[in-house]
Amino acid sequence: MTAKLFEGIKIADFSRVIVGPATVKTLCDYGAQVIKIEGRSRLGHYRTTGPEPDLSAHFTSWNTGKLSITVNLSIPKGVELAKRIVSWSDIVVESFAGQSMNRMGLGYEELKKVKPDIIMLSSCMQGQTGPFARHPGWGFQLSGLAGFSHIVGWPDRPSPELGVYTDFIAPNFNVCALLAALLYKKRTGKGQYIDMSQLENAVQFMAPAILDYTVNHRTANRMGNKCEYAVPHNAYRCMGVDRWCAISVFTDEEWGNLCKVIGNPELTTGSKFGTLSGRKNNEEELNQIIEEWTKVHSAEEVMSLLQSAGVPAGILETGEDQLENDPQFKHRHLFQEVDHPRMGKHHPVGSPFILSKSVCEVRRSPLLGEHSEYILKELLGMTDEEIADWVIQGAVE
Amino acid sequence: MKMTGEGMLSPYRVLDLAGEQGLLCGKILGDLGADVIKVEKPGGDETRFLGPFYHDEFEPEKSLFWFAYNTNKRGITLNLESSDGREIFKKLVKTSDIVVESFSPGYMDKIGLGYSELNQINPRIILVSITPFGQTGPYKDYKISDIVAWAMGGYMLSVGDWDRPPVRISNHSQSFLHAGGQAAQGALMALYYREMTGEGQFVDVSIRDSIARCTPERVTESWDFNKRIVHRGGGGQQATVHITRAWLCKDGYVSAFFWSGPDAKRWNSPLIKWMDHEGKANDFLKGINWDEFNLQTVNQDAYDKIAKPVGEFFKSHTKAELLQGALEFNAQLYPISTTEDIVANPQLASRAYWVEIEHPELGTTIKYPGTFAKTSEVPLRNPFRAPLIGEHNLEIYENELGIPRTELIRLKQAGII
Repeated sequence: MTAKLFEGIKIADFSRVIVGPATVKTLCDYGAQVIKIEGRSRLGHYRTTGPEPDLSAHFTSWNTGKLSITVNLSIPKGVELAKRIVSWSDIVVESFAGQSMNRMGLGYEELKKVKPDIIMLSSCMQGQTGPFARHPGWGFQLSGLAGFSHIVGWPDRPSPELGVYTDFIAPNFNVCALLAALLYKKRTGKGQYIDMSQLENAVQFMAPAILDYTVNHRTANRMGNKCEYAVPHNAYRCMGVDRWCAISVFTDEEWGNLCKVIGNPELTTGSKFGTLSGRKNNEEELNQIIEEWTKVHSAEEVMSLLQSAGVPAGILETGEDQLENDPQFKHRHLFQEVDHPRMGKHHPVGSPFILSKSVCEVRRSPLLGEHSEYILKELLGMTDEEIADWVIQGAVE
Repeated sequence: MKMTGEGMLSPYRVLDLAGEQGLLCGKILGDLGADVIKVEKPGGDETRFLGPFYHDEFEPEKSLFWFAYNTNKRGITLNLESSDGREIFKKLVKTSDIVVESFSPGYMDKIGLGYSELNQINPRIILVSITPFGQTGPYKDYKISDIVAWAMGGYMLSVGDWDRPPVRISNHSQSFLHAGGQAAQGALMALYYREMTGEGQFVDVSIRDSIARCTPERVTESWDFNKRIVHRGGGGQQATVHITRAWLCKDGYVSAFFWSGPDAKRWNSPLIKWMDHEGKANDFLKGINWDEFNLQTVNQDAYDKIAKPVGEFFKSHTKAELLQGALEFNAQLYPISTTEDIVANPQLASRAYWVEIEHPELGTTIKYPGTFAKTSEVPLRNPFRAPLIGEHNLEIYENELGIPRTELIRLKQAGII
């Protein structure tokens, strides 16, 4: 009933930061065996974001359940060792700047020689071909290039920082492509190379706004929290320090219910607030009226009173809300407790979907190079002498 | 519409009952080669009334939102709340692999099409349900909208300006796209399981959880490790200095910032080199030791001393120039694109990303984003346009299910198809 879904699927994970690691994490949390190929002389960026490589919160979030080996990919012997790991694998995932794997001698054509039916996925900023193929970058700036930064924030101000938003779009497409390739391989025996551009993935999430431009020549702009066909539609300040509740009203029925909850049913009549167009024309004033009510209530009260009345409303949750208070997250085990030998107990994210016949099991992330010996000996079947040879020649760092 | 060429998922059929909350799921599966049939209620799905619209004409066959996320799908109309409609649906389930829906929790059971019923008809069927908070639990009946998903998903609190409310991304609902993407992953996992065991299963997707999967760094991670709550910027609680992320340039904005830490030199110095190349880097900039630069401890004056000439440099260039220069000098910045800029992006053009899709009814072709992956063995399906209301009724009901034409006329008159 609750077997490990990807039991027996083996993945070589060369990827760094979020997109690649999050892609592989999804398969790993559902039971795939993953070898993360890391470097010691050249640490992946997320290994450098804590005081030491084994104390990086960013790294640990996206590398749950993986095994770690440290390989020096800048020397031929290290590349040779990486190929040994690939020959053990069903899937290779990498997220270096475009064409880097080719330059290291680890391109798809090379890997196919050691594993003819390998499935390899490359995910870089802008794809493996074209003038920008080799341009390295980060989700912060790519969220600008893909258009999201332009449509977040206030029309009278520059856009605020949105974080690495595109990093959370790409893994959706990556996992789907890998699973489709696995199904195809099961049917035909053929592997596959998958060239993913994080920009192209992200623009999928802009499609309606793109069509508005290509058809109507209208460019999308930021509108604060306004929505053309819903009002009120905003975050409202509640009691406490920086506490907020989002409220959105799409129908007259919801509006009537909200007015009852805030004890102001007369707002549902009259031309000023009685109709959607009236509310839209007087949106600022309406926002003030609602905030008069929300700011004397806790965010929790605002949410539960409105939801009980059938109005979409929700706390702007903090990390504390999510990990300590939110009963629904607990119910769905979205955040799962793990115990890390250096960082102790913490709660990485699991799966937004629940399968009735397979569990998502989040296990702790590895220490740097923690499983080098285990991987060489137990997974690749090397003798102690062979292992010593790889170490002496500097392939294992 | 004839399905030509093999796709990675070409043996599989998907019945797509999803509304706005889940359209992307079926589209991803269709792009990967599955035969996706969009099942709408007679008269057309409500999603057809979501804007923007073709030439701003508010008609169900002209919704650009509908167009965008229903390419690579065929379309039929069917009233699932009628007994005849349900019987037809059950026939379709027999030859299908995946059903995707986004009704309220319990609705499918109520109309007699819940997982246990579908499983009896076809034990290999996979039912993917997309709901606001999941099928069970204390919030299962809570209502959602995009802004509520951003709020309760945790992403929203840290985005915005300190003196105004936190914000979501404007325009169409991003959270529903994340939910669709997660649903497609769940569907394919269930399909993989089925190929191993022969058994279908139920996939329970939460829209809110799909947003919570994004950016734990600033939400759960900082609480977990530092008991810290990250608030929005713009001189907010933690910021020791006001840091610019969106810089004014000649015709818009460019996204860039200065790194600190071990990678600071590698990522920051290309921009200074580029400015120097144009004679716009002063001695102070050229002399910065990036190894010692630390965003956590730098004071406003020291930061401004860097930011001022950099800001002037950006102001002297257009977005297109900055994009080209970023490439030439390997600098870490990208212009903040408008949709107009995205369509003009040179890299997307060089990879032949855009596709022109014919809309014979409108007498035109429309430029769309193309497929989301380039693959070596078998390509993704080149998109064909979204279905018209009931466009494939005859093809599917008459040709495939063998329902006689006279019966179809009766079903149509009874409002069932």
